[in-house]
Amino acid sequence: MRSVTDPAVPTLADCKRMHRSLCRIRFFEGQVQRFAAAGEVPGFAHLSTGQEAVAVGVCAHLTRDDALFTSHRGHGHALAKGCDLQATFAEIIGRESGLCRGRGGSMHLADATNGMLGATGVVAGNLPLAAGAAWVFQARGEITVSVVFFGDGATGAGVFHETLNLAMLWRLPLLFVCENNGYAEFTSREEHSNVKQVSAFAVPYGMPARTIDGNDLLAVHAAAGEAIAGLRRGSGPYLLECMTYRMAGHFVGDAQHYRSKQELAAVKEKCPIERMRRHLIERGVKESELDAIGEDARQEVLQAVARARAAPRPDPATVLNYVYSATSLAATSGVIP
Amino acid sequence: MIRTFIEILRRALDEELERDPAVHLLGEDVAEGGAFGVTRGLAEKYGAHRVRNTPISEAAITGIATGAALCGLRPVLEIMFIDFATLALDCLVNQSAKYRYMSGGQLAVPMVVRTQAGAAGGAAAQHSQSLEAWFIHVPGLVVVAPSSPVEAYGLLKSAVRLGDPVLFIEHKRLYALKEALVVDGELPQIGKARVARVGTDVTLIAYSAMVRNALEAADELSRSGLSVEVIDLRTLLPLDMTTIAASVSKTHRAVIAHEAVQNGGVGAEISARIGGELFDELDAPVTRVACPFAPIPFAPELERALLPGTPNIVRAVRAVAGLSAQSGE
Repeated sequence: MRSVTDPAVPTLADCKRMHRSLCRIRFFEGQVQRFAAAGEVPGFAHLSTGQEAVAVGVCAHLTRDDALFTSHRGHGHALAKGCDLQATFAEIIGRESGLCRGRGGSMHLADATNGMLGATGVVAGNLPLAAGAAWVFQARGEITVSVVFFGDGATGAGVFHETLNLAMLWRLPLLFVCENNGYAEFTSREEHSNVKQVSAFAVPYGMPARTIDGNDLLAVHAAAGEAIAGLRRGSGPYLLECMTYRMAGHFVGDAQHYRSKQELAAVKEKCPIERMRRHLIERGVKESELDAIGEDARQEVLQAVARARAAPRPDPATVLNYVYSATSLAATSGVIP
Repeated sequence: MIRTFIEILRRALDEELERDPAVHLLGEDVAEGGAFGVTRGLAEKYGAHRVRNTPISEAAITGIATGAALCGLRPVLEIMFIDFATLALDCLVNQSAKYRYMSGGQLAVPMVVRTQAGAAGGAAAQHSQSLEAWFIHVPGLVVVAPSSPVEAYGLLKSAVRLGDPVLFIEHKRLYALKEALVVDGELPQIGKARVARVGTDVTLIAYSAMVRNALEAADELSRSGLSVEVIDLRTLLPLDMTTIAASVSKTHRAVIAHEAVQNGGVGAEISARIGGELFDELDAPVTRVACPFAPIPFAPELERALLPGTPNIVRAVRAVAGLSAQSGE
């Protein structure tokens, strides 16, 4: 984790670290895809492949105490926030050693010790929760901030607009990060909104906002750094729209009939890892070093995945744990039928 | 000191704000006292940051309360009418109720959503409903429905101190009701019902404003020689089956009365539980007194015609006791 006083301009060492972080998420999602296809991932798996730069560029500025809320497409955010690889993968395959002991799964990753305060499977449902966390930090006079990731599809929900209004009204230390990947599930942005840029929604509320190239890690890092520094100074909320591209389908198994062959072929051009790689080579880093960084990240992921797959499954006898606090059940036999 | 339901709620909130700096109130107009004046004066006393007005954004403010609870506050959110809880359902059902479970016990949502329900005085179909049954269907929520000012005082304080999201349903018909509050330091346990009147012939189970009708009915029936035991549920979720079972095992007859419609109501759940767990104890079918299946009408004659009241309860209790429908008077 970086110190909050670090300048927004990353050093070469920072860039290499962030590049490794991109690779780690890419390999991780690759493993999720592999084991989902093999039937080892229960339920739905929504991959963030192609959107890694947003997760890494934003989370580089966060400490463990900062709150992060994400959506159904949140594996990358969790890892970038510092969640343990093994525990994250174990959660996605429903193991007791998972972040949430196998109770939450891919769409409900949470890790309280790392400020990862939850992922929600209901689009836009996480936005007001993040505002609530920001309210607490503001009330305590802390420099801690709250960050919420959501897709452009969330702008169709009323609660998105309610939360923008409230966050600005209360000047909350809340960063809205929209990952505009061009699709609300299977429907393209053109078909689901007449408003071209999500950042435009901030204007009537008087909230500062920017639209940036979300596939350019350095652009994300710079913009998020500036926005988060403002939040810590108490200047109120900020909306950062990151134009990115969901390289995978909506979920593992999505046949993606709504995308043309040409569109899918152009994916490589948008790849944030390729772009970061080119940047590092321009700065004089050898290809062999970048390959070694990638391989190192791949090995770390593979080992974590192997450990997660070997981890015990939850005991069915514990299925009724964690529904209520002990005090709520004190007057009952301990279980509500 | 004789106080109204509203004044007693205010006192409970005042004491909880005083006791615990984590307690914060929020909702539409709460800094101005709220639509019913429950929070009047509290913003002046504790500051606008602890008694916070919100826009008319039920979905967002319920989410904000939930997020704040995740981070250590104990928010008490006011949803002006339970009818408007419809706008907060995603948060209450999908987020607040499930956070503890989905996070494997890492995170909790200790918050209270105060709301008011029920029909009184021509508030019509969108401001009069009794929607509590929706919420008892959601694992993770706690649902409390006090029957009197004194009951509300203790139950609200207990709710604020609980570790789970509580829907605290006040009945608007009770708001002007006055009672003497004697504070003995002992707060009621959430999930524990109260025997409001001891009897031996029929168990009459009610909650919220209907407890008063149940007690009236029990009085009237006592003049016909029927001894009715009245149970005030206090908490609808968790349901106190222990108290219900002890009573039904004694009386062998049960009537459940609520203002909400019968179809899929709290009474259906209790009836099924009694049927399943106490079948051998029963001398008569479990009977429900509830609202006919229609929206709450506007015109006073229609509202009166629809709402179940004391005479409906009297008739139902007489029927399960094997007496003629008409009272002996």
